[in-house]
Amino acid sequence: MAAEAQLSFSAPQPGTEAARLDAEAVRRDFPILASSVNGQPLVYLDSAASAQRPLAVLRAVDAYETHSHANVHRGVHALSQAATAAFEGARERVRRFVNARSTREIIFVRGTTEAINLVAQAYARPRFGPGDEILITALEHHANIVPWQMVCEQTGCTLKVAPINRRGELELEEFLRLLSPRTRLVAVAHVSNALGTVLPLARLVEAAHAHGAVVLVDGAQAVPHSRVDVRALGADFYCFSGHKLYGPTGIGVLYGREELLTAMPPWQGGGDMILTVSFDKTTYNDLPWKFEAGTPNISGAVGLAAAMDYVESLGIERIAAHEQRLLALTSAELARLPDIELVGTAAHKAAVVSFVMKGVHAHDLGTILDANGVAIRTGHHCAMPVMTFFGVPATARASFGCYNTEGDVGVLVSALERARQVFR
Amino acid sequence: MDLKELYRDVILDHNRHPRNFGRIEDADGRAEGYNPLCGDQLTLTVRLDGERIEDIRFEGKGCAISTASASLMTEAVKGRDRAAVRELFGKVHTLLTRHDAAPDGALGKLAALAGVREFPVRVKCASLCWHTLNAALGEHQPATVSTE
Repeated sequence: MAAEAQLSFSAPQPGTEAARLDAEAVRRDFPILASSVNGQPLVYLDSAASAQRPLAVLRAVDAYETHSHANVHRGVHALSQAATAAFEGARERVRRFVNARSTREIIFVRGTTEAINLVAQAYARPRFGPGDEILITALEHHANIVPWQMVCEQTGCTLKVAPINRRGELELEEFLRLLSPRTRLVAVAHVSNALGTVLPLARLVEAAHAHGAVVLVDGAQAVPHSRVDVRALGADFYCFSGHKLYGPTGIGVLYGREELLTAMPPWQGGGDMILTVSFDKTTYNDLPWKFEAGTPNISGAVGLAAAMDYVESLGIERIAAHEQRLLALTSAELARLPDIELVGTAAHKAAVVSFVMKGVHAHDLGTILDANGVAIRTGHHCAMPVMTFFGVPATARASFGCYNTEGDVGVLVSALERARQVFR
Repeated sequence: MDLKELYRDVILDHNRHPRNFGRIEDADGRAEGYNPLCGDQLTLTVRLDGERIEDIRFEGKGCAISTASASLMTEAVKGRDRAAVRELFGKVHTLLTRHDAAPDGALGKLAALAGVREFPVRVKCASLCWHTLNAALGEHQPATVSTE
């Protein structure tokens, strides 16, 4: 399948070893990684929650704020033109990054959550009604559950949930069985944030389209780890956040097929999203600005563009191969530890390792690891249904980025052994 | 930051073997506590004899700090009246939040929670059971307490 070939979650191919990512060199691009935490060198294993920013991003944002800031699309003066050029230049950068046809398909939003809410309210809500169905999976982040529950309350349509198995993989047959002519929209994660599972998107998109449903993909956890080509994937909507891609917080992207975006009413009203306003009639702006009411996060967009430049300078395939090596190493090391149980053991995973330690609550693990300088996420990962499915209140989650090393995995393992001793 | 201060032997013991664990079927007061940050969840049931807590039990799932704190609390308040419980909660609150808190003999084994104040994100783990007890005693509404 052509679209699957666009995804690079697999192990590195033989012969590509010469092009291995030099993670030690990469680390020097991230000033925060030189910090100490509780007297220990920082080991940052929480990139799935938010990745750190390289100097290139910090400097791009700083340069914009220092030299180019004004409001966009508003003034004839030089700074407004500079700011507009920077902002619209960032949009073109994003278009190239995800291979969209046109910048009209790239809407800047606050993040993945806002992108999904935009589609829920501007696409689903005006169209759906009783008898219509929205299909999601049991793996979804709350941000890809709650906006659809709200649409169901608002319109009377029904939410269907495709189940997962004990490895944390989507039950494909069940998913296909739940598709029907009533299915108007399928909303799925590309990669599960809680477990790291990579979903077979090409297959899901193909099946959804065969039933006439549009597909929204929550790509927040996929974009940092794989090349995403929205046209090859065939997704109708694709959402992601800047801060998981080594960019700033408060900026994200909604990609939508132009035909769908054109047919949608605006979501929020205000400045920038209009062409003319009178008390009798207001006409809306063209795409993409129709969906960007109010002054946008200009420096965030600039930072996101810089982050994309940075990621492509390292090579996303090299990053993915590097992370897959760390994933394999971590999974093997943790499997070796007594009392550790991996949660989420899908055959196809991004570099996210969720686990529990017998007799030690994830929150206590988090504190003990923090005392050793190791930052991991503990809790329900905004995926409470996933926790319920596995019968745990919370898990500990180590997640990896381009700057993590085998040494980081070693520190994690020793810190876990220390936690075991505290609770012996 | 000293983990030994946080996970003192008393805390580890009460986490491993929580006292008064379970539920009172004919309870006079009952409340649920929930900490969404870490998923700590507990249900408290109390039986009263007038103003006095005759019996108290808790059940639920939580981290070592929340489990031990609930266990220690049930031991400390059993047999006391409302006014004494209010006073004790005040002392525990001071213990958990004030770095300059002087040792207070009235706390007894609860003093083992002193290490929590060095870990600000864990204070809610230790105080959840006390807020839940307040709700179970009808000291404030609602009957479900959330620390977020």
